[in-house]
Amino acid sequence: MAALDGNAIAGTLVAVFDTELTNAIGACARCGRRSPVGEFAVYLRGPGTVARCRHCATVVMVIVEAGRVSCVDLQGLEALEPAA
Amino acid sequence: MAISRGFQGRRRDDVDPARVPPGQYVTRDFPVLSAGPTPHTPLTKWDFTIRGLIDEPVSWTWEELLALPSETITVDIHCVTKWSKLDTVWKGVSIDTLLDGTETSAEHVIAFCDGGYTTNLPLADLTGGRAWIAYEYGGDPLEPEHGGPARLLVPHLYFWKSAKWVRGLELLYQDTPGFWEYYGYHNYGDPWKEQRYRGD
Amino acid sequence: MVEIVEETARTKSIAFELESWFGHRAGQHVDVRLTAEDGYQAQRSYSIASAPEDDNLVLTVERLDDGEVSPYLVDELRPGDRLELRGPIGGYFVWEAALGGPVLLLAGGSGVVPFRSILRHHQAIESTVPLRLLYSARSLEDVIYRQELTGVAAKGAVDIRYTLTREQPEGWQGYRRRIDEELLGEVAWSRSEQPLVYACGPTAFVETAARALVALGHEPGRIRLERFGPTGG
Repeated sequence: MAALDGNAIAGTLVAVFDTELTNAIGACARCGRRSPVGEFAVYLRGPGTVARCRHCATVVMVIVEAGRVSCVDLQGLEALEPAA
Repeated sequence: MAISRGFQGRRRDDVDPARVPPGQYVTRDFPVLSAGPTPHTPLTKWDFTIRGLIDEPVSWTWEELLALPSETITVDIHCVTKWSKLDTVWKGVSIDTLLDGTETSAEHVIAFCDGGYTTNLPLADLTGGRAWIAYEYGGDPLEPEHGGPARLLVPHLYFWKSAKWVRGLELLYQDTPGFWEYYGYHNYGDPWKEQRYRGD
Repeated sequence: MVEIVEETARTKSIAFELESWFGHRAGQHVDVRLTAEDGYQAQRSYSIASAPEDDNLVLTVERLDDGEVSPYLVDELRPGDRLELRGPIGGYFVWEAALGGPVLLLAGGSGVVPFRSILRHHQAIESTVPLRLLYSARSLEDVIYRQELTGVAAKGAVDIRYTLTREQPEGWQGYRRRIDEELLGEVAWSRSEQPLVYACGPTAFVETAARALVALGHEPGRIRLERFGPTGG
């Protein structure tokens, strides 16, 4: 199933981080490629949301909403900078 | 929370409630849920391996897997995202068949898959006729988006444990969380006890 | 919900009066959440079709036969019904005057919805930024906002071109195939003009567009994409 992109999780990211993030630039910890969060390959509606680097497919972000708690893992990101 | 007048969704409401675990809704569809892109390993390169806490790893090629005694089973499946699908028909090889003749002191297993997905289970839950490596769904070869060519099928647990694109089982000395377990999902995942998240 | 307008056989524009809303930017979307009486919920994202300057919030929804939310919105919703929305959402796939241009909008099917917001906003602020839309649809009957787009094009401020991929009316002079590098090469501004390009629609359409644009020499950083999934909407 072809992935969506970071636009599809824009609302989730606001709910978790309390800020608009699709314009922020993320750097993949594995290949170093920088791209806007809006461009990450996003896999939705599973047990959690997974965002992957579009170039090397490494997982950059995992968001699990377990009841009232949101668990966010950004280990796959080397950096996350707000848009210029 | 606003109730949307007249909204029902695509659920079935004609089922015996005793077949539906708490918090689940029955669907007619077969939703495709994934944590990553669909892998496409050519069957000529595909194999299934059992390794880890055993004397010798053992492997089957695709042809060898298909040549093993198989079963056709009808089971209900329950996804932690709240949908359940009843009377799904699968064909596959029982894990008992694959483990036949293997001796191990391991009590835990981690299933590993193309694409890097993993999930952990007690070995006891993979045996006794409760788990299969399934390669047909609904009478047809299992489609890639649903885990084909073969997936793990463990219907008595939440469906994230039925790992798609499975390539093998690692018999473990010590229980180790798989992908979703690491991110907060329940280590065991019994739908009838609603064990969705760690701590449930 | 205050008004429903049928756009095509499968698509309707639904206008909402909102209890509290702080405005939006052209290109943003909302998350719509439906709750059944027993608590069952389903949620989907819909691009905002109205401009920030418009009175009501408008969403254009394409009815997917196997959809769960779209059939409810298109078939069931009545004036007076209330809907739970979260938003506006999005900062990447927006256009506003400060971003400049020239602007090329590439729409695949229902991917045209956020572009209606951009077109209306462009007109409302009387922007002189050159704006061009290439709209790919299966047939003329599948073109959403057809009358409105004809009116916009007639005014001359926006250049609108179509490609009808499955069926074309007699005498059709426009394109008749799925977008490819050659077609985009003819429609897009040259890379030296450094257009800001937005592509929206089914994933396959968006990725074909992106690849073709990069092959034509356009700067990836000037291309913004919004994928709707395999069937769009």
